[in-house]
Amino acid sequence: MRSSGFDPVSVEVFNRRLRILTLCVFAVFAVLVLRLWFLQILNGPSYRVQSENNRIQLQDIPPFRGMIFDRRGELLVDNRPSYNLYIIPEQIQDQKQLLKSLNLLIGLEPQSVRDKLGKESHKYPFKPVLIKKNVSRNELAIVETNLFNLPGVMVQVKPQRYYIFGSFASHLIGYLGEISEHQLGKEKYKDNRPGDLIGKSGVEGEWQRSLHGFRGGAQVEVDAAGRKLRVVSRKRPLPGMNVWLTIDKDLQITAENALKGKKGAIVAMNPKDGEILALASSPAYDPNWFIVGMDRTQWAEIMRSKDSPLQNRPISGQYPPGSVFKIAVALAGLEEGVVDPEEEIFCTGQFRVGNHTYRCWKKYGHGKVAFHRALVESCDVYFYKLGKQLGVDTIARYARMLGLGKRAEFELGSEKAGLIPTRRWKLKRWGVPWQTGETVSMAIGQSFVLVTPMQMVRMISGIFNGGHLYQPKVIKWVGKDGNKIYQFTPTLMDRINAKPENMELIKDALLGVVNERRGTGGRARVKGLTVAGKTGTAQVITLEKEEEFEQKSDIPVEFRDHAWFVAIAPAEDPSLALAILIEHGGHGGSGAAPIAKEMFKTYFKK
Amino acid sequence: MLFDRRLLQHFDWILLVLLIVIATISVVNLYSATYAIKDAGGSQIFARQIYWFLIGFAVLLLMTTFDYHLLERLAYSAYVVSLALLVTVLLVGKVTSGSQRWLSLGGISFQVSEIAKIVIVLTLAKYFSERGADAEARLRDLWQPLLLMAIPCILIVKEPDLGTALVLVVVSFTIILFTKVNWKSLLILALPSLAAAPFIWFSLKAYQQRRILTFLRPEMDPLGAGYHINQSKIAIGSGLFWGKGFLKGTQTRLHFLPEQHTDFAFSVLAEEWGFVGAVFLLLLYLLLILWGIAIATSSKDRFGSIVAVGVVAIVFWQLVINVCMATGLLPVVGIPLVLFSYGGSSLISTMAGMGILMNISMRRFMFQ
Repeated sequence: MRSSGFDPVSVEVFNRRLRILTLCVFAVFAVLVLRLWFLQILNGPSYRVQSENNRIQLQDIPPFRGMIFDRRGELLVDNRPSYNLYIIPEQIQDQKQLLKSLNLLIGLEPQSVRDKLGKESHKYPFKPVLIKKNVSRNELAIVETNLFNLPGVMVQVKPQRYYIFGSFASHLIGYLGEISEHQLGKEKYKDNRPGDLIGKSGVEGEWQRSLHGFRGGAQVEVDAAGRKLRVVSRKRPLPGMNVWLTIDKDLQITAENALKGKKGAIVAMNPKDGEILALASSPAYDPNWFIVGMDRTQWAEIMRSKDSPLQNRPISGQYPPGSVFKIAVALAGLEEGVVDPEEEIFCTGQFRVGNHTYRCWKKYGHGKVAFHRALVESCDVYFYKLGKQLGVDTIARYARMLGLGKRAEFELGSEKAGLIPTRRWKLKRWGVPWQTGETVSMAIGQSFVLVTPMQMVRMISGIFNGGHLYQPKVIKWVGKDGNKIYQFTPTLMDRINAKPENMELIKDALLGVVNERRGTGGRARVKGLTVAGKTGTAQVITLEKEEEFEQKSDIPVEFRDHAWFVAIAPAEDPSLALAILIEHGGHGGSGAAPIAKEMFKTYFKK
Repeated sequence: MLFDRRLLQHFDWILLVLLIVIATISVVNLYSATYAIKDAGGSQIFARQIYWFLIGFAVLLLMTTFDYHLLERLAYSAYVVSLALLVTVLLVGKVTSGSQRWLSLGGISFQVSEIAKIVIVLTLAKYFSERGADAEARLRDLWQPLLLMAIPCILIVKEPDLGTALVLVVVSFTIILFTKVNWKSLLILALPSLAAAPFIWFSLKAYQQRRILTFLRPEMDPLGAGYHINQSKIAIGSGLFWGKGFLKGTQTRLHFLPEQHTDFAFSVLAEEWGFVGAVFLLLLYLLLILWGIAIATSSKDRFGSIVAVGVVAIVFWQLVINVCMATGLLPVVGIPLVLFSYGGSSLISTMAGMGILMNISMRRFMFQ
C-alpha cells in the first residue's frame, strides 16, 4: 500500500497528539460529571421539589383573528366566544355514570363520547379531550349548574370566527378551513398548529398571515390531578391585523338582493382608481357553515351542485359578451378608418355570408342606420358588415387593448382569462382555418369570444376615464391601532390608445343607449344622473333554435340567453362603473339594466 | 478472501462488550421513556429499537469481514455517492416537520446525513494518509480538506439539519487538527472564524437565532426551547444521587420532557437512575472512547489511525453536545445521544463506524 506504514517521526507526532486528545477527553468528561454533580447533588433537592409540586404544563393561547370592515368601517367579520366541552380522563370517577348524565343532560351519544375518549386518554390522561364544540348557551347553562356532579368535565371558551351578515360578500371574504398537513410546514403558516382554522380563499386566504396574529401561551402550574394552580409565565397572544375592504356595504347588499334567486355576477368599481365597491356572485354560500362544521353530505352537496356556489363568477365566470362586444368592434372601425360615422347602411334584419343568413335581433330590420343609431339600438346587421370588413385579427387587437380576453390582475387572484380568438389560435386549437362566418358572429360577441364581468367593468371604466385600465383592488388598508401595514394605491395596468374624437363618438352612443327613445338600455335611466351603458344578450343557443319554441317562456331555463349590462355614471365625471351578468336572464335591456338602476339609486342616494 | 484464523484471535471482545452493555441500557431506558404511551405506539418504538440494534450488530460484524484498506480505495467514490444522495434528498426527500432529511428506498427510509458522517471520516483519512509529513502543514494546504468538508455540510444545512452539519464540522476539524496543522496555523485559522461569527449569526434563520438567544436567556422563550431546557434540568436534577427508580420518573411519565425518547433520552436516565446511573453511563462512553484512541495508537498505518480517530470523534462530539444540551450547557440543537437515543439511521451508521473501528483493531497485528 502506498500510504501504509509510518515513518518514526510521524509515529512520534501521532502518539503525542493522541495523548493530548486523551487529556482533552478526560477534561470534558470531568466537566460533564461536575455539571451532573451540580444539578443532581448540589441543587438536586430543589429540583426534586419542583418536579413533585410544580408540575408546569404549557397552555396554548391562540390569538384573536383580525376583523374585517367595509370601506366606511362597518364591521363585517368578527370573532365571538364559542364554548367547547372537554373531559379530562384522569379526573373521571365513574365513566359509565358520567356518560349517562351527559346523555340525560344535553343528549350526548355515550358511544361517540367513549370513542373520543378512547383514542387520546391513554396517551396523556391529564390532557383535556375535546368532546363537543360550540355548546349552545342553553346546554352551557345546564352543564355549568351540574358541574359539581360531573367530575372530569370542563368547559373552555375560545374565540370563533363569525361572519355577521352570513353569505354577505362571501366569495370575496372567503372561508376558513382546518390547516392541512402539507400547509403546516410552510413559512406562511409557521405560527399555526395542527387543528387551526386558516383562511382557505378570498381575503381570509390571501391575508391569512396578517389576520392570524401571533399565538401566545402560558406555563401553568398544575397539581398532580392536573388542576391549575397558577400561571408561572405568560406570553400574550398578539391579535391579528384588521382589514378594511374597499367594498361599500349598502351597494353590496343591493347587488346581492338583485341576484337573489338568480345565477349571476355584479361588479361595481370606482372607474378612477380601480377600487372595487361591490363584488357579488350568486348563488352564494355562508362561510359560517365551514366554522360550525358541516357534515359530509352537506359538503358534498356544495361541491356537487351544478350551480357551483363556490365559484366567484365576477372573476372566474367566462361568458360570451353578446352585444356589449360591439363597443370593441365600433372602436376598431373608427380607429382603422373603416367607419364613416355619417354613412348609413340598410338593415333588412338579415345579412348573408356565403350560403348562410345571419339575423338581426330585430326581425324586420332597423331600416337605415348610421354609426350612432347602430350602437344605440344595437343593430346586428351593421356590425356584421363592419366586422366582416375589419376581420378577426383586427377586432381581436382592439378587444385586447380594451382589456378583454386577458386577466385583469384582480388582487385576490383565482381569475380566469376569457378568450379573444384569432386566426392563429383557431388553427392551433382546432386545426382548421378561421371562417368568415365566424368573424360575423364574433362582431356581435358570439362565436368563441369569452369574457369575465371584471373585464367588462374595466372596459367601460376605461372608455369614460380617459383610457386608463386599472388593476381591480379590494383592500383599502390593513393594520391595527392606527398602524397601517398596507394602504391602497391605484395601479395603472394599461392604456387604451385611441383618438379622443373616436372615444367621444362611442361615449355619445353609450349615453344614447340609456337616454334616447329607442335605446336598448332605457330601463337603467335615473332621474338627475347621466347614465351611459350598453346592453348585451348572449345567446346560449342560436336564434333559429330559439324560434322553434312558440313563446320565449317555453324555452327551458338552461337554454335562455345570458343578460348583460355594463354602465357608468355620471358620464361627465364618472364615479361608479358596473358590470351585470344574469345567467339565462333573457335580454340585457330587461334582465340586467333595471338592476343597474337600483345600484345607481343606492350609490348616489337618488 | 478466506477468513484468517488470526483475526478471530484478535477479535476485539472489549469493544463488543462495551457496545452490548450500552445497547442494553439504552433499550431498558427507552422502555421507560415510552412506558406512559405504550398503548399509543410506545411499545412499537421499543420493539423497533431492539430490532435496529440487532441489525446494527449484524452491520458491525459485516464491517469486520474485509480488510479495511478496501475502504481506503473506495473512499472517494463513496464521497461522490454520498454527495449525490444528499442532493437527491433535497430534491425528492420526505418532508417531516419542516425539514427534508429522509430518503425512501424500497420502503425503507433513512437519513442520508448519517451516512455522510462516516463517509467524511473515510474521505479525510484517505486524503491525509496520502499526504506526507505532518505537523509542518501550513494554512494554505488546508483548503482542499476544508472544501471536502464544506460541500456535504452546505447540503445538510439546506435540509435543514443544523445539528448534523455541526457534528460534521467538529469531527472534520478534529481530524484536521489531529493530522495536519501545527499549532500556529491553528491560531491563524481560529482568528478568521471568530471574525466570521457575526456573518454566520446573520445567515442563521430566525428560529435558529432564537434558539441561541433562548439558551442565553431561557426566560425569553417560556413556551419553546426555554421550556425544554428547564424541564430537562428539573428531570435530571430531581434524580438526586440514587434516582427515582425504574419507571418512576414523574417528569417522564407525565410527559413534561419533550422528545424524551430521542433528544432527551439522557434526562430520562438521569431522572430514574440518578447521579450514579448518569455517571455510570458516561463512564461506559469514556471507556469506549479511550479504547478507540488506543486502537488508533496501535494501528499500523496512517489511514487506520486517522479513521479510528474520526470514528471516536463522531461518538465523542455527539455525546458531549447531547449531554450538554440536556444539562443546559448548550442550546437545544437536536442531536440525539449516540448509540442511546431512539432512531434507526443514526444507530445503524454508528454501528457501521464501530465495525470499522473493530476491523482496524483486529488487523493491528497483521503485516501488509
